[in-house]
Amino acid sequence: MSETTRPSDGPHSAATPSSSTSDAADMTHGLVDREMNEMVTVPAGPGMTASAAALTARKTARRETFRLLMRKPSFVIGNLIVIFWVVCAVGGKAIAPYDPQQNFSDFLHAPPGGDFLLGTDRLGRDVLSRIITGARDVLIVAPVSAVIGVTLGTVLGLVMGFYRGAVDDILSRIVEAFLSLPIAVVGLLALVVLGPSNTTVLTVVGLLFAPIVARTVRAAVLAERELDYVQAARLQGESSFYIMFREILPNITGPIIVELTVRIGYAIFTVATLSFLGVGVQPPSPDWGLAISDEYSFIISGYWWPVVYPSLAIASLVIAVNLIADALQGVLSR
Amino acid sequence: MVVYVLRRLALAVVTLFLLTLIVFAISNVLPQDVARAILGPFAPAESVAQLNKQLGTDQPLLVQYWRLLKGIITFDFGTSYQSGQPVTELIGQTLSNSAKLAILALLLTVPLGVVGGIAAALRKGRLADRVIVTLGLAGSAIPEFVTSTFLIFVLGLKLNVLPVLATWPEGSSIGTQAYYLLMPSLALVLVYFGYIARMARAGTISALEADYTRTATMKGMTRAKVLRTHVLRNALLPTISVVATQTGYLFGGLLAVEVIFNVNGLGRLLVTAAKAKDLPVLSAGVLVIGTIYMVATLLADLLISYLNPRIRLAANA
Repeated sequence: MSETTRPSDGPHSAATPSSSTSDAADMTHGLVDREMNEMVTVPAGPGMTASAAALTARKTARRETFRLLMRKPSFVIGNLIVIFWVVCAVGGKAIAPYDPQQNFSDFLHAPPGGDFLLGTDRLGRDVLSRIITGARDVLIVAPVSAVIGVTLGTVLGLVMGFYRGAVDDILSRIVEAFLSLPIAVVGLLALVVLGPSNTTVLTVVGLLFAPIVARTVRAAVLAERELDYVQAARLQGESSFYIMFREILPNITGPIIVELTVRIGYAIFTVATLSFLGVGVQPPSPDWGLAISDEYSFIISGYWWPVVYPSLAIASLVIAVNLIADALQGVLSR
Repeated sequence: MVVYVLRRLALAVVTLFLLTLIVFAISNVLPQDVARAILGPFAPAESVAQLNKQLGTDQPLLVQYWRLLKGIITFDFGTSYQSGQPVTELIGQTLSNSAKLAILALLLTVPLGVVGGIAAALRKGRLADRVIVTLGLAGSAIPEFVTSTFLIFVLGLKLNVLPVLATWPEGSSIGTQAYYLLMPSLALVLVYFGYIARMARAGTISALEADYTRTATMKGMTRAKVLRTHVLRNALLPTISVVATQTGYLFGGLLAVEVIFNVNGLGRLLVTAAKAKDLPVLSAGVLVIGTIYMVATLLADLLISYLNPRIRLAANA
């Protein structure tokens, strides 16, 4: 709410001391120097021009980042799980053993094993086939909404952090007001009003993510805007737009990529919850959240498989995305 | 201190005002024709007009918004479109059950999270730390309704140790009610443990590395006393904020948990209202949940400023 509520604001709100005396070389290559410093220092060859050296340095740094990531078991495991579900989502009916909508009316709530590896649900539909094909909706809706939220939030955060002053004050209050509402709650209200469809779900979730992302980006921008290269760009008479999007933005891609991954995890969380509550992905989609909502009341009668298996699917997917986010945070954050 | 409190209160009022604008914009402005949004595209025009009149949504937006503001002050949010009962009554009946569930969950999560976080920080980098951090991360990543199904499967079906449905007999004691609410609150504990533990861990680590801790150790203070007087007090300040924020967000998690465990609370009321497109109940409930979050963060800020003189003094400067 105020500065004190958010511990994350602490280190970022303190303005970095800005140096007013920066020589010409520093001005031109402020951006390049920073990028090299933050990743791995690569000595520029003697014959190279500054920008060519920068390009090579950037490429090397990117490769180095990737190498660091591949050494993290959480990154590798997380990606393997995500790839598994992406394959299921893309393959869909082609790789499912049965049609996910086919009712085997002689096999209502058939236990796992035999012809139905993971059993059948209350309508005699094959649980395994529904889990495989059910990956599709959430894997489209969640990442798209995360991208919408991160894009809007980045623009908002850049504007807030760069202009400060009244613009920041007003936008910050609005952001705070949005943050006081749990997304599932306000999403429920918005989706009742707009009517549920995959498009409205991803729009609503994306829009609701924007204020959260804006907070993170704003904090990053506040730290950047006092640095020499921003001062240099100002002195050169660059437009605010240019400074925000061409100078500051490239330097905060690390936190933004981390934020995007974290948001994808939360988007899966939110979309699955909204589907469970009946305002997200709609029947007859074999969506996991929907399946759990249709079947959870039967667990206690012993029919656990149509609920526990989709639950495991959701759990594995969100944990995988969080493992990736965690690894990215360790490697990319400064 | 007084200046800080007044400033903080003013901020809370501004945010609350913005919150009403957001909720109003979604529930009254966005649909254009509220009754049409409730009744659907095939309802006859007369019934749409009649419902709009009944809900007051045929009046100009400013009049509608004024009525919402007046309603907040007088605790009058109109009547439910579905049952005809006053919305305030419906919310009042359910809020106490949600509060019981939330309090039980907090009573379990906060000590567990704080102790877990501190224990992890004291064993930083070792097995216990990794286990706590990983469990917390996994727990907070999984949606509450998924955690709930796992709990029902293990505790309700396989072990059969706890009641699955939170429908206690009429007139039960608090203890019995808590027993019935134990499984739903465990679902919330699993999700919110991670946030609190992570904060307590980070706070402890930074306090352990601080200069004053080193000084205290070097002048010969015992480890236990250093931890008690220097580390814990500083480590727990940021945790208070997280507890407050999570208290607000807990109500978001209540939606699914109350539905699954059949708790007669605010969350289930909102989901039922959503299914019936009962906008008066739904928008009032959203406002209540937003207000709870705001009050919780306000109290946390005041508590922190009381505990940490640097903050209240900075506000006066």
